[in-house]
Amino acid sequence: MALLYPELLGTYGDRGNARVLVQRLLWRGRPAELVEVNRGDVPPSSCDIYLLGGGEDSPQAMAAVELAVGGPLERAVAEGAAVLAVCAGYQILGHTFCGPEGVPLPGLGLIDCTTARGKGPRVVGEILVEPSIGTAVPPLSGYENHAGLTRLGAEARPLGSVLAGVGNGDGTEGAVSGRVVGTYLHGPVLARNPALADLMLSWFVDHLEPLDDGDVARLRQERRQAVDAAAGRWSTGRTLRRASG
Amino acid sequence: MTAVARPSSAHLLSGIIRGISAVSRVTGRGGSVIGGRIALHLDHGALRRLASDRTVLFVSGTNGKTTTTAFLAAALRTAGPIVHNMTGANLKTGLVSAFAQDLDAPMAVLEIDEAALAPVLEEIGAAVVVLLNLSRDQLDRYGEVRMTAAKWRRALEGCDGVHVVAYADDPLVAWAAGAAPAVTWVSAGQPWRMDSASCPECGGRISWEGEVWSCRCGFARPDPDVVAEPGFITLAGGEALPVRLQLPGRCNAANAAMALAAARVVGVPPEASVAAMEAIVDVAGRYRQVSVGSACTRLLLAKNPAGWNEVLDFLLPPPASVVVAVNARGPDGYDPSWLWDVDFERLGNRPVVASGERALDVAVRLRYAGVPHEICPDPVAAVHRLPDGQVELVANYTAFQSVLAAVGRD
Repeated sequence: MALLYPELLGTYGDRGNARVLVQRLLWRGRPAELVEVNRGDVPPSSCDIYLLGGGEDSPQAMAAVELAVGGPLERAVAEGAAVLAVCAGYQILGHTFCGPEGVPLPGLGLIDCTTARGKGPRVVGEILVEPSIGTAVPPLSGYENHAGLTRLGAEARPLGSVLAGVGNGDGTEGAVSGRVVGTYLHGPVLARNPALADLMLSWFVDHLEPLDDGDVARLRQERRQAVDAAAGRWSTGRTLRRASG
Repeated sequence: MTAVARPSSAHLLSGIIRGISAVSRVTGRGGSVIGGRIALHLDHGALRRLASDRTVLFVSGTNGKTTTTAFLAAALRTAGPIVHNMTGANLKTGLVSAFAQDLDAPMAVLEIDEAALAPVLEEIGAAVVVLLNLSRDQLDRYGEVRMTAAKWRRALEGCDGVHVVAYADDPLVAWAAGAAPAVTWVSAGQPWRMDSASCPECGGRISWEGEVWSCRCGFARPDPDVVAEPGFITLAGGEALPVRLQLPGRCNAANAAMALAAARVVGVPPEASVAAMEAIVDVAGRYRQVSVGSACTRLLLAKNPAGWNEVLDFLLPPPASVVVAVNARGPDGYDPSWLWDVDFERLGNRPVVASGERALDVAVRLRYAGVPHEICPDPVAAVHRLPDGQVELVANYTAFQSVLAAVGRD
């Protein structure tokens, strides 16, 4: 596993995603190693999963510049590696994203999407998503905090549809393109959603035994109730799309 | 507004505020904000009117505001009467209430919210502004920490006659303070560097050699005028003053150095400041020892990764137990993702309870940290579950307030 530029893209506890992936392998007696890639370092090309987190506008632009040099991430993905990119990290994987002072900047183009600043206020709040990835992934729970909204192109499909919250801004949330996953969910997303963590691990490791995720199940239930209560309170305010049934 | 009308309207305002605050306190609603809110509603210029002709000292930053303000207030009281928002009501309403406490006090020592500092400086200015540190905190409310630094910088550029006491080891603070006409630079180390990886001036990479940071663009740590080391504060060109604080940790040594430097700007001799600061044993309930059942419990506040980092440094070693109490209400920030930026791995080998309204978030974090724990959302009940002996109860803002209300009264 490689955690890319946590000093630039790591504002919202997203380094936790790396910890979750490593720990879920170690608990199963499988080997796992985490490499932290800092500014000025060239990311190794031999990792299975690359992780990018959220961050502020100018560090986001710097991370995009770092990653553009020599195209290490594109090469790793072409050779079968997976990427989990959150928030600012998700945005820089698209064709363009919104840089400091609102200037559009080129991204890596690993996901067919573009991000521009939304017209409304910054999107901040609990989010719940019906995933369209894997076969056994229950609704994704997280917290979103972003100004940009993302439009997917034909080559990318959404990670899921929004049950409560905003996500990409058009009722969809995140993006999946092969093994590249982008999302607006913090929490961190893999801590709140161990099924998504195990799905990504299953791309590289066979026969993952189930783990006791009782505490996470309780947390997920509590967050679900909080979202439902907020939906009841604000049903005329925020963008809400309730799942049928 | 004539010279004759101003004092009388200030007295009227002050009377209204103190009257409302007293009623509010008696009816159990807390008194520090409501009076100020009503006063501002009646008179939008209330803050300027109440602050006029006084020497105003502001203290702002992510961590250490309340403690540094308490240190500074103690130092300044050696020279005369002051007003001070000691309960931590640090928005404009709280400032108005604090000013109204005593219209004759010539000095005001006020902690101020990071986001409130720039507009308040533009409105009333200040004699001294103490800038402690800036790090990630309540991201859903403040937004990004760089924006706060930029707002401080703009406000200080236009602030005539202000003297800034700034923390030289924090690049964001140094950048914001660099715009001020006069600065005293303080150094006491910067263990938390996750929010200062890139240069606020040019965006380049900041490199560190010990505590001295620099960027290729030439922006670098200013030479400190005041340096805090364990047990000593040294003034440039002077000798090292021995300091024996009762409050623990590197962070409080830094806070004391900042307060000493600020007090010196308004004429308080460093020796007098040190003596006053050494007498402080608790600040708004923080560091207070209370008895809960048969456990001796120390109440500690930590509300973000940088703050937790400091607390983990001075936490009593095992077998002392630990309660980690986390809420996610408005004043805490609604998103507790920051728990994953705290090295809870360092807690190990002692009884630990995950607590607060977000006990389950804490529990999941502790599980991945490999720290065995129980879950008990009520922090006081959590202490009762622990073995006799010393308990370190570490809570974030509203969780701390709830603990204080339950067990913290003297």
